[in-house]
Amino acid sequence: MATSNPSVFLLSVNGQIEGANFPCYDDLYCKYCFVYGQDWMPTTGLEEGITQITCKGRQSQKLIWNFPLDITFKSTNPSGWPQLVLSVYGPDVFGNDVVRGYGAIHIPLTPGKHKRTLPMFVPEPTWRLQKFTRLVDSWLWGRRPEYTDPKVVAQGEGREVTRVCSQGFVTVIFNIIMKDMKKLGYDSGPSTSSNAQPCGTASGWSTEEQTNL
Amino acid sequence: MASPGASAIRDKLRKQRRTLQETFVKLKHEGDDEQALVPSSGLSEESQHSTMNETQSSEDDPGETLKRTLRAQRQMRRKKLLEKLSAQNSPVEDIEEIPSVPLHSEDEGTGKISKVPSLTSLASKAPKSRASQQSDRFVTRRLEEKLKAARSQGESLRLQEASVVAAGRRRDRPKVTRSDREVDSDADSSQFLPQAASTRVKFRGPTEPVERNRVTADEAYNFFTINFEVQPEEKTSKKSRKSSKERKREEAQVQEEEDEERSQDPSQDHDEDEPLVQDEDGNVFVLEQTSKDFLEVKSAEYIGLRAFAVRHRPLIFTPSSRTVPTSAKLPENMTPRYLEDEGLYVGERLTVSPSNENILENRILRMEEGAKWFGDDGRIISLPDPIKESSSRPPLFHMEDDLDPALQTFYMKPLQSKHTNLSICAADAVLGDYQLDVDVSGLIFSHHPLFSREHVLASRLAQLYDQYLNRQRNNLTEHLTDKLNGLRNTMRNMLEIHSEQNLSQALQQRIVEYSMEVKNTRELRDGEQEKDRTLLKSLVKVWKELKALREHQRFINTPYKLFLRRETVDRESDEREYEKDILSEVWELEAEAEVDYQTKLSEYKKQLDEWKAWRKKQKSKKKKRKKKAQDETEEDDQEASEPEGPPDEGPSKPDTPEKLELDTIVKQVREKAARIRRKPGEAILIPELTASGNVSEGELCPRGEVARRHEVARRFIFVKILYNDKEVSQTNSFPLNPDFRVHFGQIFNLRIVNCPRSITLQVFEDLGSLYTMLAEVYVPVPPSSVLAGNSSIEEFEFSSNQREMFDHEGVGSGVPLSFTGDASDNVILLTSGKLSCCVSWGVGEDNVPLAPPLSQHPGAHHGGQYDAVSPLAPSGNVKKIGEWAMQSRLDPNDPVNASVMQMLKVASSGQVSAPDFFRLEQLQEEFNFASDEELARSRRFRLLALRSQEVPEFRNYKYVPSREREVSEKVFQGYEKRLKEGEMIDTKEHLDFHRALVAKYLQKIREAVIHRFLLASHHFLLSDMVIEEEMPCFGGARLRRVPDRHLRDSTEFLEMRSPKLLKMTGRAEMLNGAGPGILGLNLFHLAEPKRPLRPQRKERKKVTAQNLSDGDIKLLVNILRAYDIPVRRSQGGKAGPSPQGAIQGSDWLVNHVQVRPFVEVSFQRNVFQTTTADGPNPCWNEELQLPFRAPNDDYSVASLQSVKDEVFINIFDEVVREMGARENGESPQTRVEKHWLGSVKIPFSTIYSQSRIEGTFKVKTPAVLLGYSKERSQPNAGVYESVHSLCQGAFITLFITIEPLLQPGESIREKIKELKFDSQEDERLLQAAERFERAAAEGFPGRPCATTAVDLNGKTVFITRYIRPLNPPPEIMSDQPQEDAIQVARFVSLIPSLPDKVSFSGICDLWSTCDQFLMLLAGDEEEHAVLLCNYFLFLGKKAWLIIGTAVPEGLSAYVLTLEQGRYLIWNPSSGQYYGQYDTFCPLQAVGCLVNADNVWLNIQEHVSPMRISFDVSRGVGWRPFFNRFFTHPGLSSVQPEELVYRGSDKTAAVELQERMEKLLRDKVMEWRPQRPTRWNRYCSSALKHFLPSLEQCAVALGSGAHDLAEGHRHELENLLGDNRISGFPLHMAFSEMGPIVEAVHSTGVHTIQTSNVEFALAVYVHPYPNNVLSVWVYLASLVRS
Repeated sequence: MATSNPSVFLLSVNGQIEGANFPCYDDLYCKYCFVYGQDWMPTTGLEEGITQITCKGRQSQKLIWNFPLDITFKSTNPSGWPQLVLSVYGPDVFGNDVVRGYGAIHIPLTPGKHKRTLPMFVPEPTWRLQKFTRLVDSWLWGRRPEYTDPKVVAQGEGREVTRVCSQGFVTVIFNIIMKDMKKLGYDSGPSTSSNAQPCGTASGWSTEEQTNL
Repeated sequence: MASPGASAIRDKLRKQRRTLQETFVKLKHEGDDEQALVPSSGLSEESQHSTMNETQSSEDDPGETLKRTLRAQRQMRRKKLLEKLSAQNSPVEDIEEIPSVPLHSEDEGTGKISKVPSLTSLASKAPKSRASQQSDRFVTRRLEEKLKAARSQGESLRLQEASVVAAGRRRDRPKVTRSDREVDSDADSSQFLPQAASTRVKFRGPTEPVERNRVTADEAYNFFTINFEVQPEEKTSKKSRKSSKERKREEAQVQEEEDEERSQDPSQDHDEDEPLVQDEDGNVFVLEQTSKDFLEVKSAEYIGLRAFAVRHRPLIFTPSSRTVPTSAKLPENMTPRYLEDEGLYVGERLTVSPSNENILENRILRMEEGAKWFGDDGRIISLPDPIKESSSRPPLFHMEDDLDPALQTFYMKPLQSKHTNLSICAADAVLGDYQLDVDVSGLIFSHHPLFSREHVLASRLAQLYDQYLNRQRNNLTEHLTDKLNGLRNTMRNMLEIHSEQNLSQALQQRIVEYSMEVKNTRELRDGEQEKDRTLLKSLVKVWKELKALREHQRFINTPYKLFLRRETVDRESDEREYEKDILSEVWELEAEAEVDYQTKLSEYKKQLDEWKAWRKKQKSKKKKRKKKAQDETEEDDQEASEPEGPPDEGPSKPDTPEKLELDTIVKQVREKAARIRRKPGEAILIPELTASGNVSEGELCPRGEVARRHEVARRFIFVKILYNDKEVSQTNSFPLNPDFRVHFGQIFNLRIVNCPRSITLQVFEDLGSLYTMLAEVYVPVPPSSVLAGNSSIEEFEFSSNQREMFDHEGVGSGVPLSFTGDASDNVILLTSGKLSCCVSWGVGEDNVPLAPPLSQHPGAHHGGQYDAVSPLAPSGNVKKIGEWAMQSRLDPNDPVNASVMQMLKVASSGQVSAPDFFRLEQLQEEFNFASDEELARSRRFRLLALRSQEVPEFRNYKYVPSREREVSEKVFQGYEKRLKEGEMIDTKEHLDFHRALVAKYLQKIREAVIHRFLLASHHFLLSDMVIEEEMPCFGGARLRRVPDRHLRDSTEFLEMRSPKLLKMTGRAEMLNGAGPGILGLNLFHLAEPKRPLRPQRKERKKVTAQNLSDGDIKLLVNILRAYDIPVRRSQGGKAGPSPQGAIQGSDWLVNHVQVRPFVEVSFQRNVFQTTTADGPNPCWNEELQLPFRAPNDDYSVASLQSVKDEVFINIFDEVVREMGARENGESPQTRVEKHWLGSVKIPFSTIYSQSRIEGTFKVKTPAVLLGYSKERSQPNAGVYESVHSLCQGAFITLFITIEPLLQPGESIREKIKELKFDSQEDERLLQAAERFERAAAEGFPGRPCATTAVDLNGKTVFITRYIRPLNPPPEIMSDQPQEDAIQVARFVSLIPSLPDKVSFSGICDLWSTCDQFLMLLAGDEEEHAVLLCNYFLFLGKKAWLIIGTAVPEGLSAYVLTLEQGRYLIWNPSSGQYYGQYDTFCPLQAVGCLVNADNVWLNIQEHVSPMRISFDVSRGVGWRPFFNRFFTHPGLSSVQPEELVYRGSDKTAAVELQERMEKLLRDKVMEWRPQRPTRWNRYCSSALKHFLPSLEQCAVALGSGAHDLAEGHRHELENLLGDNRISGFPLHMAFSEMGPIVEAVHSTGVHTIQTSNVEFALAVYVHPYPNNVLSVWVYLASLVRS
């Protein structure tokens, strides 16, 4: 491959799913997968993964996974930029595995280190009656509505039919390296070491959430 | 205040004071101290003061003196302090000072404390501020109480000592107290310092307690906790010192304040004290320290309401609701100006209540720049009320009587356009059945070569008169005059009103504008008047000429006569009017002249000044030059000459403007008036032209004239009509009248197909033998709204430049003509005239306009008719419009002018066009990063665009290259080819032209449907997104019902008892009510055994196709058992000894092994097989896993649905043959052969859509199976024998499913239903249908119920409309009704099912009508069933359509007939029929029955046909759609009245037969690449003979086939005696080649491996009417033995 005249650009992502903050739940594990457009292809690394189950420490309210991510994509087209989709599961009182949160985030577009906090949410049940008995019901059966596919949270289509409620946060660290983006004519902004960026820039409330920990 | 102990204390005080007064000044202060002892009785500091005041009032002197002394002392001390300050005060002093700080009022307390050493150290060190005193007070109080006892013991010495000590200290104390006090008050009220003392007091009153409290909190805490050091004290002291400077300045004030304050405070302070005392009394005592002591306890902050209000006053603004005076709202010295008074359009204001408006105005006025919110009229600027007075929506009249009968709506049945069905073959050319009416009514020549001179004049006269009439009609003069008068009046009024005051700038401007307007209007009017005048004059002149000519030539050629009617006017008033007008005009002109003069004058002055200045300069220059010249005359000549130049070029002296004299103006005006206007008093002349004159007879005329008239009479005129440049018609020839008019009066109705481009009328002149075309008239194509009824005749002018000259009186054409002798007024006249005609669209019989739709209309492509303004815009007309708008003083506020103003606004901003409509992406162009052409040119962009459009070829295209050059052109080849194919028809693949056409048409429909489907697939339902467990109950309805009822009852009950309780208990009830229902159920579930003895199939989790890849999906085929497999024929029986019999003799002797069947399942060319079982009723019970690959690796739902692959389940007989006995006696080698016995094929799409298929299927066995016979089942049950015989054949029980369970496309089908197809049905009917279906779905889930279907046009049609008796093809009819039924069923079954039904009709169930079905020759079960049902009805049977579920089709349609009290169920796609009680009937569930009259829903308990009653006449068991309440509205059928069949085409069949045979031969050879394939011609021809007879016997009853097969077998065996033959005829309906090839392949005949095998192949195609073909393929293998 002539490096001077590349036909693809590479996006190398490594980092880790650091941990999560789910105030009410414990013993959670996290599944991740990447969702990307048709012009993208993972060259190396795991596209999907599942973390260990972690439980909260005595003092800390945080769930720590420290689960490494390492994947390299090649692509010809920035459209369909990969997204990381996380879904967190954990047992309920009866030990049924139920979903505790879905979340998705685009892989940062600029090289460097990025810390991201993903707000998580779960779909709400629809029946009015079930809302009354949700407590009882979910205790007994672990009936929580789930998405047909966790990947739907990475797309906008059809989301209008769902109702969700927010659950907690997952923190992910990305280290991004890119190759040949500029050569192909794409400029992804300042590629300087913008890791001076504070970690909780995504939203004001997420930092607040963190300071409370 | 006056406590009981007060008097005693007072006495004591007095005593003390007296003594003290006499003593030293310092000691006198002690009195103050003692006085402070008063609080020891439990009173607070304030009370002390009041006591003091009391004392003061009672005995003035001591108090006063005390005060004075205090003051003096204080001053002294201050001096001291200052000294100390200046000289770095020592820590000791600090300490001395500080303890007193907090205790300024509890002096005595401190004194006491100091007596208790342990306490003093603690208390005295506390850096208390004065503010902290309140809390401390309690402490001190306790101390006091304790110490009082001690004191009362009378240790006087100690007291004295203490007093001495205290006195020593006290020297400083008061001052420090003050200072400290000031510190605090300074801190919070420093900003008030500059204010007057009174306000200070006022503010301090409420604020100080708060302040005090705050400090208390911190300080108190410190007090108890901090390990005291010097530092904090120092700080305080510093503070105090700092503020001491200020304090000094206002010493006196402070004192006063204090006093006042004290007198005010008590009441408040008391309030605050009380709770504290209760709370803390005793607890906070220093000696008993508890943990509570360290807690911070503070009182709730309280701010008095009044204080609060005061504090907030600067922040709060309450606008008053009083009316604001107009002057306040307008700038200074401005009078309000009311636009509406000035005649400008001002919209109606919105109504706002006056008080609200006032509030708003007040508020705005408070703001900065508030004035800009007010308009010139002093009101808030507002947009006009946007609500229209009258509703733009037509009013709804509920009272039908009130309505104009013409406006009443009435229901019309929807009409179906007949073209919709025709579009199959002529889909490309838009067939229009339109009618254009061309009405050619007449022709008038305005000039003709045969005109005589008189004619020329007459036509001129007529034209002038026309013009005159026209002008008269428009009456511009009148209009302008009115306007002028109006303007003058307005201006006069304005001047009158404002004459007194000075005219404001704006007003002046307006007056100027008005006068401009007046001037313009006047000029216009003058012009018009002049034109009128000249027209009248020329009219008269021409008439005179005409008269002269008539006189001259002494005959009259034209009937025209002009009369001039005089209308006398009142001379006086007329004159007055005239004068008035002239006067006002003069006056205006004068004013204008004045203005003009002024401007000119100023101009002149300016110029003059300039000139003068220049002159001066020039002069000075000259002087200089002169000087210079004088000085150095000889120096330079050229220099001298140079400055000479400028003076010539300099401004010349301007001329003085002349002032127009009034006289000249008057003169001018009068002159003009005389020229253009009727003289005052002169009668008004009204010309009237009539054609009433007589034309002279021919005899009276000279020869030339007679010749001309003769010539005229010879001429004939006709008009040709050209449509799209093709001549379509022509009028009759009409003679030219002497007055050169032709009347045609003909209307031509043009039936047109193509959309009109041009309509031309050609005018021809017929001179007997030769035609000359005079002119062509182009008539515009009318818009489709112009219909025959509403069009008006228009005149089109034409002219020709033909030259013609005559030697008679005719003037000719194109030649000069003069009326006078000297040719001074030569004119050249050309033939011209007017053609009156009218073109409009015709109207059909039923008032349907026969006009093409707008889209076809070429005129519609110009935006012109939509956007009236924009076509003006590009050509620079905007400027003109702008000018015009400026000139005409367009009122910009008037909504009528909105579009123009809008355009001007946009135009001035630089944009070219200003559409009147709203654009969504108005700035799109700016954001386009590449032009559209560029995008189209770029292959990469094109690829991306196609992919995002989800074009099938590119939907899953991955990795679009990043660079243009990497996208090869090849990528698009397939796509472009497909696009091109759309037009072409490929006959190669289809063998049959008609079918190719149909395939194309189907393709088109499919695309349309897929498009719709794609739209729907982006439409998500909740179930697509979220997996949610169903409600935990037996059924939604039940659950809902139970708690609801429960609730209602209980709440009602409660309501009666006490309404109050309702809320609370109602909720409790709800929980209780709901609880047992669900909880109990859940618990019941919990108690379920984990491993039940009788396990039930669990619903598997469905997997969406998104994350699947190759190999993930498997097809599970569970083959359970089979029944009635054909058995090998015992050879010994009829056929005599044969070689086969010899070989297998042993077997047959035992007669055990009748057949050894095994099952082979092939799917996507993967073949799996079961083990071999024995006997005709084998049991395998094996599961086969077949891998599945989706096309293009696309596992999306849409892609999976379009999978066309079929699962072939073939039953083979395993035959073990010995390879001939070896000579050496070794064990005989055996070879395994497999013989095909029958097959079942199930399309993958069926499996996919049903997710599992389970049941017993009839095995399709060949009609003749050589070497096998059917083992007849014993006639065990005589009753059912006849029934049983109906369903002979082999059966196999299967269970097929997909692993993992895929999300079926079912939901999409429903979604498409939701998308709502439009319909022509009555809305009420549709609603009822929806209700019916919903009720069915709720009450009987799982029972298919169809009331409506979607026809091929995508319209919803009620289902009963499909049922109508229809004639079957006559050729297949015989006289026996029973046979007819079978024949008909066979015919229907021969119409092939749609090969890819899922992607077409499966999605949304398109139902074609029977004629469409027969034309398409493809359809799914519904169409077959409908056709069959209709045929049966025609045959006089009672027939119904069954909508139900069947295996393997799933949701399907069958036909039910009632024959001799027995119900028969017909499978329309196979032609088979079953009795109601037939076990092997594929129909599993009956949902509803349909016939032409009604739809019945099965409401019986069971759905299986065996267990239900089909008697719909009884009310039970079937719920009718139409009932007494909703009767059948008499729905007409959508089916044609009669089916027309094309006869069977024998030759085509033969041709097809040959082609098929060749193809199959090639294929078989292709499948056997390793071995040579030999064809046995002899056998082939023999087989070929069989096939027609097979067809015949298939047509005949099935039972006959057996005998036939027997016969054939014998025949064959005779023919090919020494060959082992195995083969079978395949029979199928013909649709395409592909399925046939696939079917042949699946039998596996070609797989035979023997070397000496020969093959025989015969194909027979039997044609049925309407191109329905029955195909027989006979394939046999022969092994020579």
